[in-house]
Amino acid sequence: MKKFLEGSHAVAEAVKLCRPGVISAYPITPQTHIVERLADFVANGELDSQFVNVESEHSAASVVLGASATGVRVFTATSSQGLILMSEVIYNIAGMRLPVVLVCANRALSAPINIWNDHQDAISVRDSGWIQFFAENNQEVHDFVYQAYKLGENNKVMLPVMINMDGYILTHGLESVDIPEKEMVDRFLPPYNPPYKLDIDNPLTMGVLGDPSIYLETRYAIHKTLEETLELILCIGEEFNSMFGRKGIDLLETYWTDDADIVIVAMGSVCGTIKDFIDRERAKGNKIGLLRIITYRPFPKEKIFECLKDKNIVAVLDKSISLGSEGPVYTEIKSLFSQSKPKINGFVAGLGGRDITMDTLQKILDISLKKVVRCEFLDIKESLLKEEFYV
Amino acid sequence: MKEVKVFARAGQGAITTVSILGEALFREGKYAYAFPHFGAARMGAPMNAFLRFDSRPVRLRSQVNSPDYIIVVDPTLLESERCFLNVKSGGIAIVAIRDEKKLSSPKGISVFTLPAEKIAMEIIGHPFSNTVLLGAFSKATKELKLDSIFKAVEERFIGKPEIAKKNIEAVKRGYEEVKLA
Repeated sequence: MKKFLEGSHAVAEAVKLCRPGVISAYPITPQTHIVERLADFVANGELDSQFVNVESEHSAASVVLGASATGVRVFTATSSQGLILMSEVIYNIAGMRLPVVLVCANRALSAPINIWNDHQDAISVRDSGWIQFFAENNQEVHDFVYQAYKLGENNKVMLPVMINMDGYILTHGLESVDIPEKEMVDRFLPPYNPPYKLDIDNPLTMGVLGDPSIYLETRYAIHKTLEETLELILCIGEEFNSMFGRKGIDLLETYWTDDADIVIVAMGSVCGTIKDFIDRERAKGNKIGLLRIITYRPFPKEKIFECLKDKNIVAVLDKSISLGSEGPVYTEIKSLFSQSKPKINGFVAGLGGRDITMDTLQKILDISLKKVVRCEFLDIKESLLKEEFYV
Repeated sequence: MKEVKVFARAGQGAITTVSILGEALFREGKYAYAFPHFGAARMGAPMNAFLRFDSRPVRLRSQVNSPDYIIVVDPTLLESERCFLNVKSGGIAIVAIRDEKKLSSPKGISVFTLPAEKIAMEIIGHPFSNTVLLGAFSKATKELKLDSIFKAVEERFIGKPEIAKKNIEAVKRGYEEVKLA
């Protein structure tokens, strides 16, 4: 049934239909509405789940880790400082091979404190072993929840999944979301049946010391699983599509890339703006396309290479920055090519909620046609730099 | 695609305004995207809420900078926020006023006014003028039917029939009392 919903509530509706046994979270803007709505569902009896209130995100992550280890489906959500406070546990969850699902309402990191959107929080834990998806709109975020559980809980995977949605832009944005019938979700997503769990009748130990004789293999195993997951993501996306009639999860989305001279690479909701920009430029005869990265971890290198290898110009738009280096997505795209073609440009924009407009995108196009840039910050206020930051 | 920008102070219900409006348009089969932008993120600080609607899915995620329609919830923002600047030519402004002082219409913009807070106080008992302004929006722009707004208000206040009734009355009064300045 289609409803006009805030992104946060679209997430809560999907989580409700996945029926997690344990939910734990600590409120943080702009994520709070997700768990508030879930708390409502638990309180009014719509969802039979244990909602554990905790004193910090570190505890929230620890609660879902422990609950997941006992073989229960779990959910948590966070943002920004909350995610990096969780980061110790984030690594543990992946290392212990627990299929936790977390929705991250992407927000900038302090200092200075900033509650608005960029991708720095998710990027900061990209090496932890979590599968990471970036959604463009609220329907996608909603649909990703079902597919995230199905993927993570697959006995061949057993890894946590982080669904990224842009803070405010999606979490606080209302749009039409199609919510499936409960029976359909039950058919798509069977009950969680873990290959191992903490069980007093069959005792085992989890999260023990991994000394030099085994640690390397634990990392290798996660890495191999993630590489193999690329294939499974496509299968789950197809299965979702055949059952629900909507596009399922994917590694990438291409928009007008086939004949494009210039391809913009980006993640998240800004891709909607880029699509409108492309329509506008195509009407003028400019052959521009978009490569949207949906699956950021595992990174679909081969498919990205195939899409970009014959292009003249690639422009990577990062909403985060590896300070002292360059945009993280740019670095990875650049690493795929050893020849001079395509010319790969790196742009950083939208940090801390700075609006990415059609004018911002026009700058990407103008600069990309003229020169090669590695880490070009867009929409910088030069006067502010001179007067306040002495650059 | 049409774009709406609401000027208000945090706490005045601008998000409610665009979400009810979006819901009403959604019920008429349109695609809508309603979203806020907080400035200082505290009560009383100037903030904006936005709405885009179209017959096709709305993909554009940037803030609305050149709106077709503006709704000014708090008239003290008119000058400080330069509300009329960047309204598209032929655009429409719906402004809640607190006195009878005549507002001058900038060139190319039709300005509609009404004492929205006064009406809200009379009907709802609080100065929450969102629903009054929605009635005025329907009358001034002719973009959607009053009935769709009624249904969206009912959806918004589901389980609170008294509040829904008062707000529907507020929508009607807004529709009736709004005037071209």
